[in-house]
Amino acid sequence: MSGYWDPHIERMPLEGLHALQEDRLKSVVRYVYDHSAFYRQRFKEAGVEPGDIRTLADVSKLPFTRKVDLRDNYPTGMFSAPKSQVVRYHVSSGTTGKPTVVGYTKGDIETWSESLARALTSIGLDSDDVVQVGYGYGLFTGGLGLHYGAERIGAAVLPVGTGNTERQIELMQDLGTTAIACTPSYFLHIMEVAEKMGISIKKDTQLKAGIFGAEPWSLETRKRIEDATGINAYDIYGTSEISGPLFTECHVKKGIHVWADMFLIEVLDPKTDEPVADGETGELVFTTLHKFALPLIRYRIGDLTIMNSEPCECGRTHPRIMRILGRTDDMLIIRGINVFPSQVESVLMDIPEVGDHWEILVDRKGPLDMMTVKVELTPAGFSDKIGDLMKLRKKISKELKGVLNIAAEVDLVEPGTIPRSMGKAKRVTDNRKV
Amino acid sequence: MTEIKQISLFVENRPGRTAKVAKTLSDAGVNIRALTIAEAGDFGVIRMVLDEPEKGYKVLKENAFTVSMTDVLAVEMKDTPGGLYEIVNTLGLNSVNVDYAYAFVTAKAQRAMLILRVDDIAKARKVLGEKNVKIATKEEIQAI
Repeated sequence: MSGYWDPHIERMPLEGLHALQEDRLKSVVRYVYDHSAFYRQRFKEAGVEPGDIRTLADVSKLPFTRKVDLRDNYPTGMFSAPKSQVVRYHVSSGTTGKPTVVGYTKGDIETWSESLARALTSIGLDSDDVVQVGYGYGLFTGGLGLHYGAERIGAAVLPVGTGNTERQIELMQDLGTTAIACTPSYFLHIMEVAEKMGISIKKDTQLKAGIFGAEPWSLETRKRIEDATGINAYDIYGTSEISGPLFTECHVKKGIHVWADMFLIEVLDPKTDEPVADGETGELVFTTLHKFALPLIRYRIGDLTIMNSEPCECGRTHPRIMRILGRTDDMLIIRGINVFPSQVESVLMDIPEVGDHWEILVDRKGPLDMMTVKVELTPAGFSDKIGDLMKLRKKISKELKGVLNIAAEVDLVEPGTIPRSMGKAKRVTDNRKV
Repeated sequence: MTEIKQISLFVENRPGRTAKVAKTLSDAGVNIRALTIAEAGDFGVIRMVLDEPEKGYKVLKENAFTVSMTDVLAVEMKDTPGGLYEIVNTLGLNSVNVDYAYAFVTAKAQRAMLILRVDDIAKARKVLGEKNVKIATKEEIQAI
């Protein structure tokens, strides 16, 4: 059983927590209206003024913001704080369009670190731990975010960043790393390299926890990682627009705790923009309650999730979001059917003959979309009888169809041939010309 | 009786893959006695009888190939019409199923050699022995 970083806030009764949220919502609305020309304009267009926001429910009167707003106002047009108060910038990679810039005041960095300090404590880490940060440092928020969070709880940080995998494993042994933070796909790669080096993560290292995120991953992958290495693998969530990685599951592993004193979340039906009930899938919308350089009002990240507002058995009262199903940006539409790469992953990782790495290729043949799923055959899955391999291919295809409702071609490929990634894995190649 | 170990490899059907297998074995000084490739579209399975199967298995594994070892029978076959019939008919009559088979002719031997993978190797050995079919030993394959 692990303790709390800030027990007063983390276990605050809902009534108090909602009162705090209400106060902070009113303040942030007033603050952006007074400091950001962008928001003032938006509010005017929506016919809403700060005085109209009296209760938490009034949040629905506020206009939405989206990534496109950040792009249109590149680089700092949406900022509310003057340059003199900004102490750091992070910039998104811009792989899906123009990059987006986020800024932080000194207080914003503090809040971000505090959020992660609570999260890391909730999975049982403290000042005795050695945290290896295998996320990229630099413009990407992953590395520095985890770095500050881990330092705040007094853990020793090993700022290795991405790549140099053999060295990562050597240092993990030499310095007694107890927790690692990186993308789940990179950790799978580390597992593979360790095995090649003849090192057992279970027996030869002190690793006990993995904090994995920055890309969707399935419960089946968690099981694989935990079974193979004996560690506890936790999901972490956050995106650069709301600071970076911010929230994790607690040791109970039943959803990711979103700190309600820092953020107000809504889960909405993407068609009607009305809130969905607890337990139903909807689009996650964030309002930052305690962020000053770049506060965001009703920001639609595009992630689909399920909310659980019941207090957790760990004693924390803040709402939880369930494993992210996928980002609407990642969703493929194949023959008119929505397909999330995370669904493909969860099917594949449940089949023991399939290796840890996989790829989706989408093509158009004539009028028809074709989806091909490439999987690596594990040594255990290899039979020298062609018939067995054909059967395996059929089985994978059938299980994919059962979940996705569309037929997929399955390619069995040799182990080690699908590209490994150090950061966010590129699992999908869409060759359709739109 | 030590069975003959056949080495099987999973290979994708793309240029140069078989060459890579051959080079890996050649560099290790391992000799291929018999080889067959079964293909199924995008991938295939290479099956080989090697003079040093353990060494071959090790170097292929080290070179990241998906490789397995399977027990097979190597039986001598009269190099005349009806040679194959005698063997497979005996197996069939005794309900031994042949998963696959391939043959090769050696320079030294007067006879053809048939490599068989069957579902019941002990029974196959027994029923073929009763018909006086000669079954090659591991040492004999090595010495070819």
